[in-house]
Amino acid sequence: MELSELQHRLIKRLRDGLPIGKRPYANIANDLGTTEETVIETLEQLIAHKVINRFGMIIRHRALGYQANAMCVFDIGDDAAPDIGKAMATLPYVTLCYRRERVAGVWPYNLYCMIHGRDRLTVRAQIRHLIARLELHDAPHKVLFSKQCFTQRAGKYGAPTASASLSASGAASTQTIPFPIKSGKYHEQA
Amino acid sequence: MNKLERDLINNLQGGFPICTHPFQVLADRLGYHEETIIDGVKKLISDGYVSRFGPLYNTERLGGAVTLAAIAVPLDRFDEVAEQVNAFDEVAHNYAREDALNMWFVILAEDEKNLQHVITRIENATGLRVLSFPKEREYFLELHLEVPDQ
Repeated sequence: MELSELQHRLIKRLRDGLPIGKRPYANIANDLGTTEETVIETLEQLIAHKVINRFGMIIRHRALGYQANAMCVFDIGDDAAPDIGKAMATLPYVTLCYRRERVAGVWPYNLYCMIHGRDRLTVRAQIRHLIARLELHDAPHKVLFSKQCFTQRAGKYGAPTASASLSASGAASTQTIPFPIKSGKYHEQA
Repeated sequence: MNKLERDLINNLQGGFPICTHPFQVLADRLGYHEETIIDGVKKLISDGYVSRFGPLYNTERLGGAVTLAAIAVPLDRFDEVAEQVNAFDEVAHNYAREDALNMWFVILAEDEKNLQHVITRIENATGLRVLSFPKEREYFLELHLEVPDQ
């Protein structure tokens, strides 16, 4: 969809987050020189057109004690991949699920899912459950646990999915991080 | 984490009301005062549990281009390469993972051409091949973590 000038300005204004107060949309309207009603209508349009995927708190899962983060990748036949992807996404411990292009000769995997859990033991049990449930015993796969996270902030244009994104999500979420994570110095985690 | 904080985290990861008094709507729904909700959200942000409060954009719908990228980084160069990669504004969510491909990150760019350009620049800066795994289909979006009662 073609975005209007106001939609662009609103998107830009909200990248830093919503002002937390009684009338957040009136506050934004004031910044943008428009009315609260217009801001509300414009946001509704952006949600209806799926320019905004989700509206709320982007939580930092590690801070909540979700220390283990596994990206599981599977090589699934192209015909079966859509059904398996949909089924995978319904499992309660799967937080993100994507089909991605393979890289010939290097990376045969095309179905990705993220599992966030409190510890690796739990996550490993969930992966065993997933494989049994979806009958993926014969599908080549790998489990890539994360060791460190050095940036959870999102890119300039971003919007990927919750930090966690997060992570290997490849989704799109802009995250500005209050405490310093950026730059080469990273934190040893889990 | 107290009950208010758990209630906020479990109910505010999506579907924030778009209306004149959104925190009042939430307060009514969850059984709190509006001020309690507002202060609780502010505290979650200042305590570092919440990185941001607002919309999660769909980059592709904004005309942007996004991919998941990975590099096989020699272990003795890991810190140096992490610094080089993180220096790019377009890089997000950089994770060290246990694999030969040991650095995984998201690249977000204005459009496809710029995305390719960023990949080339990262390759030039690091001297390492950047593998790109663009998304073909997304089966799930919400990253919704429940905080159980203690």
